[in-house]
Amino acid sequence: MMELLAVFLPLLAFVIAFLFGKKIGDRGAQFITCSALIVAAFASISLFFDVAIGGNSYTTELSRWVSSGDFNVSWALRIDSLSVVMMCVINIVSACVHVYSVGYMGHDPCKGRFMSYLSLFTFAMLMLVSADNLLQLFFGWEGVGLASYLLIGFWNHKPSANAAAVKAFVVNRVGDFGLALAMMAIFVVFGTLQFDAIFEAVPEMAGTYFTFIGQEYHALTLIGLLLFVGAIGKSAQLGLHTWLPDAMEGPTPVSALIHAATMVTAGVFLVARMSPLYEYAPDALMVVTLVGGATAFVAATIGLTQFDIKRVIAYSTMSQLGYMFFALGVSAYGAAMFHLVTHAFFKALLFLGAGSVIHAMSDEQDMRKMGGIWKEIPMTYGLMWIGSLALAGIPPFAGFYSKDIVLEAAWADQTWFGHIAFWLGIAAAFMTAFYTWRLLIMTFHGKPRASEKVMSHVHESPAVMLGPLVILATGALLAGMVFYEPFVGGGVKHPEIAEVEIAHHEIDVEVEHDVEGIVLEDEEEIAHGMGREKFWNGAIEVRHQNDTLEAAHHVPEWVKFLPLVMGLLGIGFAYLAYLARPGIPEKIKTIFAAPYALFFNKWFFDEIYQALFVKPAFKLGQVFWYAGDQNTIDRLGPDGSAKAVKKLAGVLSRFQSGYVFQYAFVMMIAVIAIVSWFVFKIGQGY
Amino acid sequence: MVDFPLLSLMTFLPVAGVLIILMIRGDEETVKQNARHMALYTSLFTFAFSLFMYTRFDGTSADFQFVEQSHWLKPLGIHYHVGVDGISVFFVLLSTFLTPVCILSAWEAIQTRVREFMVAFLLLESFMIGTFIALDSVLFYVFFEGVLIPMFLIIGVWGGPRRVYSAYKFFLYTLLGSVLMLVGLLVLYNQTGTTDIPTLMASPVASHLQYWLWLAFFASFAVKMPMWPVHTWLPDAHVEAPTAGSVILAGVLLKMGGYGFLRFSLPMFPEASAYFGDLVYVLSIIAIIYTSLIALVQEDMKKLIAYSSVAHMGFVTIGIFTATTQGVEGGIFQMLSHGLISGALFLCVGVVYDRLHTREIKRYGGIVKNMPKYATVFMILMLGSVGLPGTSGFVGEFLVLLGAFQVSTLVAALAATGVVLGAAYMLILYRRVVFGPRVNDDALAMPDLNMRELWLLVPLIVLVLWLGVFPATVTDKIGPSVDQLITDYNAKLEVAAREAAQSAFDTAGEAQ
Repeated sequence: MMELLAVFLPLLAFVIAFLFGKKIGDRGAQFITCSALIVAAFASISLFFDVAIGGNSYTTELSRWVSSGDFNVSWALRIDSLSVVMMCVINIVSACVHVYSVGYMGHDPCKGRFMSYLSLFTFAMLMLVSADNLLQLFFGWEGVGLASYLLIGFWNHKPSANAAAVKAFVVNRVGDFGLALAMMAIFVVFGTLQFDAIFEAVPEMAGTYFTFIGQEYHALTLIGLLLFVGAIGKSAQLGLHTWLPDAMEGPTPVSALIHAATMVTAGVFLVARMSPLYEYAPDALMVVTLVGGATAFVAATIGLTQFDIKRVIAYSTMSQLGYMFFALGVSAYGAAMFHLVTHAFFKALLFLGAGSVIHAMSDEQDMRKMGGIWKEIPMTYGLMWIGSLALAGIPPFAGFYSKDIVLEAAWADQTWFGHIAFWLGIAAAFMTAFYTWRLLIMTFHGKPRASEKVMSHVHESPAVMLGPLVILATGALLAGMVFYEPFVGGGVKHPEIAEVEIAHHEIDVEVEHDVEGIVLEDEEEIAHGMGREKFWNGAIEVRHQNDTLEAAHHVPEWVKFLPLVMGLLGIGFAYLAYLARPGIPEKIKTIFAAPYALFFNKWFFDEIYQALFVKPAFKLGQVFWYAGDQNTIDRLGPDGSAKAVKKLAGVLSRFQSGYVFQYAFVMMIAVIAIVSWFVFKIGQGY
Repeated sequence: MVDFPLLSLMTFLPVAGVLIILMIRGDEETVKQNARHMALYTSLFTFAFSLFMYTRFDGTSADFQFVEQSHWLKPLGIHYHVGVDGISVFFVLLSTFLTPVCILSAWEAIQTRVREFMVAFLLLESFMIGTFIALDSVLFYVFFEGVLIPMFLIIGVWGGPRRVYSAYKFFLYTLLGSVLMLVGLLVLYNQTGTTDIPTLMASPVASHLQYWLWLAFFASFAVKMPMWPVHTWLPDAHVEAPTAGSVILAGVLLKMGGYGFLRFSLPMFPEASAYFGDLVYVLSIIAIIYTSLIALVQEDMKKLIAYSSVAHMGFVTIGIFTATTQGVEGGIFQMLSHGLISGALFLCVGVVYDRLHTREIKRYGGIVKNMPKYATVFMILMLGSVGLPGTSGFVGEFLVLLGAFQVSTLVAALAATGVVLGAAYMLILYRRVVFGPRVNDDALAMPDLNMRELWLLVPLIVLVLWLGVFPATVTDKIGPSVDQLITDYNAKLEVAAREAAQSAFDTAGEAQ
């Protein structure tokens, strides 16, 4: 029952607020959506205790969906640790954003519709994470894309917002193309799209090869890569990321909910969900690692140079998603999920905080026109500090725990690509701290750069906006400490099971000691593994030889401290450059002109895509239309024969008078002639 | 099952309606009103009968049901033979459902020669139903071609400024195909001595003849689909046709080609179908990519949707010729779904056309402000056309691609690019018409959907969503017939392969 409440209440709220918006009014829509989401959030928390802590995972069948021959797919909710973790994040952040929006969108004429779209998004996202098969996941996957499209383009009179919305949908469709092909390949290889059935068959399929477009591939690697194409699109990884910065055209609560905390993490969830398959596709994981590492780095470099407060945070989101992906790539799925959860809190906090700033600054988003407002909006300022500390990875804030374990796991993987990702991640950690404090300083400190009119209006946000921020800040503060043990090890000790396991392990240890030289140092470490395994309870699968999370607890001291050092350095450098010695940024800009231009122009991705794909598509369309349809097919076909008929008949003027019957008559004569001829021929033939 | 001639009743009820409409007397206004009402009631009764048929239809059987058979042209052995199976039953329903919708949509839009218009439409309905229930190839041909006449008149008489050119183009293309099919039918009769479709389906034609016959039938069905490169009549026909004409053209007439492939090409010429499969794939993929790109640059709303129809029909032909369960069921589902979605999209175009009398995209913009209901309805249909999961468009497309993937991954991958392009042109259309800057004052002064328009579109939307969430309503009933079709198809191919091997063996033996 709880799972139905958690998933379908937002749908109900959407339907009511959308269809009967006029009758219940804006107040009614706000009340219904917010209360539905709050109830759903509590339902998911109760599910979390039952399923993740209590270990009772289950599946609820709802109805049949698509069935055709041996292809059968149902609507069903799969409630296990992975999905309840996601459901908690989604419903809690969404409830915060719903309440916040009541204040933020207070002056918008269409606030009822806005609330209904938020609820629709939440429902689609919940369907995505609770899917029991890939097709239903795809339903949610495209559903969140739709909601994202609607919300990015919410201010639909703005051409830039419309363009961004269409771009987001179409670029995501490119990713979905990969995901759709992956589903087809899975169906052909496994004969089903249902998760349990796929996972069960994975080990037997490890040696299968599959011919795809004339090339033979290792089946699981191919599937893994195709699935990842979908993840690249949805999670804005390098290559299909261009939609995310533009998506900031949407209202800020949308950016916080969809483009930071939940939807963009769907790709991470997908790979984690498919972990049993990826475990047998090491080459696919390698690609995931490299793309993730590259994204973390490239996005951070762009983030250094942007001036739009929301775009800086957007690039930061992209960069942090890169961290999650390389964690997945080194089989540290738990670490990726851990970073996903902490990131959801602190990034939503940062976005909503930025929204509060924008609200205070009369809708100004350019940081060059801010500054000197920290005394005016102290609450927002303090909350932004908490978010920033978490993002930069400073203890004891949440980001410290999750980013550290991600980087440690990358190092511990002991592969060349793991090392590349590690160093890219370390570099990105420095840049993250730098641009975060650049943002804080440019926004809040220094001399006010806004006009006096704007400055006179600067005001703290109302409680309805600050309340949700406080909840998220609590998460940004505590989520790291609380969830470290269950998510990534160092877990709850269960003496009875642990002892049995230790007995087993002792034998194993001896063997492994000889063979691989791995030393399991004491009982506690074994218990670490236990807590993690017990928490995930089979929802995430890691093969023994890939268990980087275990190894991550034994990396050298310098690896453990390096991210923190880089974070502090980045903060210090930002302080130096933007507060103590304000001339430094300009100097750097002139000395490193070329890289600066590259970063500032976002590595020219948009320009390249425009020239390679968008323009040629329209050009080709024109060519096909004029040269193909009109000048070739029509000229040789109907128009040409029309001319011939006209000449034959020799009564041009009367034909132009346009009597349908005349054409018909000529045609009928022709038909009769042709048919008689054929009948005659056939008659002779036999 | 029922013990009265249900199918004949459905087919000829509209004709009875026509006779009554022709008898209406009075002043002009009375005739108009009475003709409209009579046509509406007749089509609603027909729809009610078809629903009754649907409830009595046994979805677990692959056999033809409600069969009626009697002598028609006795000396030639041609029968009046009708019946429906899982493949045709939904096409009958689609026809009977869309006809009243069309008549209602023409309620105010058609003001000249209303009586003749209603007569043409009812005749059209009768022929459409006849096409889908005919079990004798001559009967089929009569209905199949008969459809052209009222459609030709609807475009030619009630169409736009270039209606004559369009009607002529439409007629020329379809006639070319029809002639070849007629020749094919004659040869078939000559060879087998029967025109009975079930008999023909059971006993395939000799191999060497199959190829020629397949091509002859293909010429006709490909034009009707329409497939590339014989598609250029469709955009013109749509643009010039009145709204109701466009709806029925996109909704039902385009499906007759696909139905023909399933009823004739696949079962009667299996070897040729397998042999020409690659040709169909190539033409379909060109259709999908080529017409999607053209749709991207259209300035006329109806042309854009017409080109998108060609692309969507490309999926159908791919699905049918994969000869896999998912491909064929997907193809049928895609046809039904496209019938609902594109029919409704043309209704949407009609709504704004009635107000502003232009189909040019840039004359609109920002109308979400004054037409919020319209914006919502159009949005749902646009998403259906794009194939969003949860709408019927997704199920058809996905099943087709799934079927194609089993036959050729390349075909599936290329066809799937149409899904990306489809999103691009539909979203851009929507953005330019409904969203965007509010610049055209006359567009911003348009009133929102009235009650008649709203209740015309709501059932279509409900169906699009229903079939997206519970597609098994349809697939369960078409399943047995499709299974039968594919089993027979594969069995015939196997027999043919064995015979070919045997004869090769014999020749080899003789040579020694």
